[in-house]
Amino acid sequence: MSSQSADKLIDHEMLFRQPEYTSMFENKQKNFEYKHPEEKIIEIQDWTKTKEYQEKNFARKALTVNPAKACQPLGAVFAAVGFAKTLPFVHGSQGCVAYYRSHFSRHFKEPTSCVSSSMTEDAAVFGGMNNMIDGLANAYNMYKPEMIAVSTTCMAEVIGDDLDGFIKNAKNKGSIPEDFDVPFAHTPAFVGSHITGYDNALRGIVQHFWDKREDRQPVEGKINFIGGFDGFTTGNLREIKRILGLMDANYTILGDTSDIWDTPTDGEYRMYDGGTTKEEMNDAYNAAATISFQEFCSEKTLKYIESKGQKVVALNQPMGVTGTDQFLMEVSRLTGKQIPEALTKERGRLVDAIADSQAMFHGKKFALYGDPDLMLGLTQFLLELGAEPTTVLSTNGDDIWAKKVQALFDASPFGKDCKVYPKKDMWHLRSLLFTEPVDYLIGNTHGKYLERDCGVPLIRLGFPIFDRHHYHRFPIWGYEGAMRVLVMILDEMFERLDQSTIITAKTDISYDIVR
Amino acid sequence: MSLTAEDTKARNKKLIEEVLKVYPEKAAKRRAKHLNVHEEGKSDCGVKSNIKSLPGVMTIRGCAYAGSKGVVWGPIKDMIHISHGPVGCGQYSWSTRRNYYIGTTGIDAFGTMQFTSDFQEKDIVFGGDKKLEKLLDEVQELFPLNKGISIQSECPIGLIGDDIEAVAKKKTKEYEGKTIVPVRCEGFRGVSQSLGHHIANDMIRDWVFDKTDSNKNTFEATPYDVAIIGDYNIGGDAWSSRILLEEMGLRVIAQWSGDGTIAEIENTPKAKLNVLHCYRSMNYISRHMEEKYGTPWVEYNFFGPSKIEASLREIASHFDDKIKENAEKVIAKYKPLVQGVIDRFKPRLEGKKVMLYVGGLRPRHVIGAYEDLGMEVVGTGYEFGHNDDYQRTTDYIKDSTLVYDDVTGYEFEKFVDKIQPDLVGSGIKEKYVFQKMGVPFRQMHSWDYSGPYHGYDGFAVFARDMDMAINSPVWSLTKAPWAK
Repeated sequence: MSSQSADKLIDHEMLFRQPEYTSMFENKQKNFEYKHPEEKIIEIQDWTKTKEYQEKNFARKALTVNPAKACQPLGAVFAAVGFAKTLPFVHGSQGCVAYYRSHFSRHFKEPTSCVSSSMTEDAAVFGGMNNMIDGLANAYNMYKPEMIAVSTTCMAEVIGDDLDGFIKNAKNKGSIPEDFDVPFAHTPAFVGSHITGYDNALRGIVQHFWDKREDRQPVEGKINFIGGFDGFTTGNLREIKRILGLMDANYTILGDTSDIWDTPTDGEYRMYDGGTTKEEMNDAYNAAATISFQEFCSEKTLKYIESKGQKVVALNQPMGVTGTDQFLMEVSRLTGKQIPEALTKERGRLVDAIADSQAMFHGKKFALYGDPDLMLGLTQFLLELGAEPTTVLSTNGDDIWAKKVQALFDASPFGKDCKVYPKKDMWHLRSLLFTEPVDYLIGNTHGKYLERDCGVPLIRLGFPIFDRHHYHRFPIWGYEGAMRVLVMILDEMFERLDQSTIITAKTDISYDIVR
Repeated sequence: MSLTAEDTKARNKKLIEEVLKVYPEKAAKRRAKHLNVHEEGKSDCGVKSNIKSLPGVMTIRGCAYAGSKGVVWGPIKDMIHISHGPVGCGQYSWSTRRNYYIGTTGIDAFGTMQFTSDFQEKDIVFGGDKKLEKLLDEVQELFPLNKGISIQSECPIGLIGDDIEAVAKKKTKEYEGKTIVPVRCEGFRGVSQSLGHHIANDMIRDWVFDKTDSNKNTFEATPYDVAIIGDYNIGGDAWSSRILLEEMGLRVIAQWSGDGTIAEIENTPKAKLNVLHCYRSMNYISRHMEEKYGTPWVEYNFFGPSKIEASLREIASHFDDKIKENAEKVIAKYKPLVQGVIDRFKPRLEGKKVMLYVGGLRPRHVIGAYEDLGMEVVGTGYEFGHNDDYQRTTDYIKDSTLVYDDVTGYEFEKFVDKIQPDLVGSGIKEKYVFQKMGVPFRQMHSWDYSGPYHGYDGFAVFARDMDMAINSPVWSLTKAPWAK
């Protein structure tokens, strides 16, 4: 009998647990798969949990398994869509662009526009100049952008295509008007990661507007901000703008991605929405200072901005009490504006919430993985909650990053038993979760496989988050953002506690109504 | 207001003219060849296909790597598939196609993992062969139960002159005949995913069939042995198909490649008949097996009861009366389910218009399922189809259907805006564009995280999904009451 029915429809979750399917699976396995014996599988499975396996795993030199990073051009596309009516154009193979667009759409549940120069074998031999010439002309005519931001895939980088020359040539050939804005950046996928690509692309755009200028007239108190590659960009930048509004600051966000990945469903598709305008970019040149919310997403950009005479400040995601305090004090210092009572009160409410819940965090161990700045912000926040971030891992964080994490550990009594792991992947993390167990795991969607294998609950903060909806609409920065992170962690903790005490007459003595 | 076929044709032709106006002259000329209005009785859809995409137009297509690693090889569950080159390709294609499988991931199955050589600048400059050798050793040490390794080349490999075949041969020998398959599926090869499928098929031929000892896995053949070719088990599709074949008394000896194992692939030449679902991605290996092993193949379509019924009979016709009778029994067995589904959903879907833009077999194969529910497909196109796909499509589409090959973002948006279908079925990149416009949408690559859609069990899910998309209350909320 088929278990499926029109009235009580069964989805894949339950359908394949029905007897007609489970017996089919058994037969397939028994007769055709030539699977290893069950004892062997269990033996190897157990072995992967050992210290011995961990040593072999950490001795890897060539193989990367389940990394927590992506490639440069993804970051370049992220940077580009933060500018008004700007179309990202990635020079190289077309499949890459299909991947970036899909990747962003799966995370944000929003469209992401981006074109490719669709290079194929002939371009591999002769170079991609004609692809650039035709591609710019087509994109310009079809999508009516006001700016096209060019970056590269590894194919174009390996064959050594010269973007500057190609773009000039395209203009000479009349593909696009002579004065049309085409900032560009070389973004080889075999160097750094998506955060490097963000940095390179943003620097390219800033340079495009500022390079030829010598007329800087610093405006006292005016500041620029850089958001960095951030899966919560919509919520975060809106929150930052609210805070800066309360502070009455004169500011520009260089690459404002708060609208493009959060457009309404109202019958109209907006290919472009929001973003930093050219006028704002020109004015931003005169700012007194630039604050980056993510140091490791903006190293080169900040260096360039500094060379133009601005003060620069690099934060590591303004999370938690201290992280937000630092951000507000920097803004206050650079703008000369007082931190208003409203924000002081918000801070007090956050501290109040932490005080109410501090018992929940005491002695709780966390493993976290992800981009370097998120790791720094989160580590600091967890330490101030009295939790212990015993394992902090990043695939694209280097030794300099690791030192900064270690400094946070060293500054807190709760950091005593904590370790930082630069340039490691999530298969390394799997070993660590077995040999040095923690209570909770914080990271992106890919961590759900660790949740399954190691039995450690995953709290989703990072990028990408494919299997939960709408997280990006809420901030994790500022006092309000910290409140959200606090509640996310607490919800998971209370849920686990309830789940472990829910069996009637067995564990339910602790199934409390007041917690 | 319903248009006659002639009205529709005129409107569609005008629409094509309109969208072409946006292009520079050279591009307009080239795009014109990919857009057409179908004329009943023609032998194909009158569009050019499998041609390079224009630069800068926002093609929806992917690349050869996506076709090989993402589609053909990736789902073979007990092998480790190395994304060889920089980190991105493997990262973006990690677990996103929903190729369901059963196995202990990380131990004896590896489908939802991302293995990469994570190329750095020095690998580009000095070559990556040494790193690849070391990597294969590390795979062997850390994942001892893997049954084989495929090396999926990303763009740089072919450009820097690496000799991955030599590495594969050397390591195969070192590991006593282990299956190690070098695949030259660099993303710049060909014009879309399609060449990647072809290359992947060829590598199974050269590095699996030709190198496998046919007595490796003891196997007693029966007269009813068939292999499912070209079903990637998205949301469990291959399972809800397999169950029907088994119910009619056939023995499915292999699944290519959803929930597949290397042993199944190796044993496939022993099948009496290969049944082929996704013609586009696996016709090559089917033709090869026919030529070399004399295994006949037959295309089938398990979307919607009409096509399932016809396909079951077609498959049964290759066997004896017992199987033919069984096919009728299977059809009869599912009649109540089919009737229940149609009774419940057809009244809610009757007359609704659909526009499709997908890959592989779906731009034609799903049309019957919509028609079973009283719906009409008014536009369709292939991401990476060839002319033989467009020929086959004429059996499915009606006079006046708008056909668009390798559609650009601009064209698709304009077509949908003007035609205003009740549903668009396409991919993740398109989904939110159309939903913002207030047009109901279903992803028809990943089944929008649902499925299965194949077989009778899948048809019920398909019908429910189309209903809930089209008749969702959200579409009546898109305009604020105070808006003009």
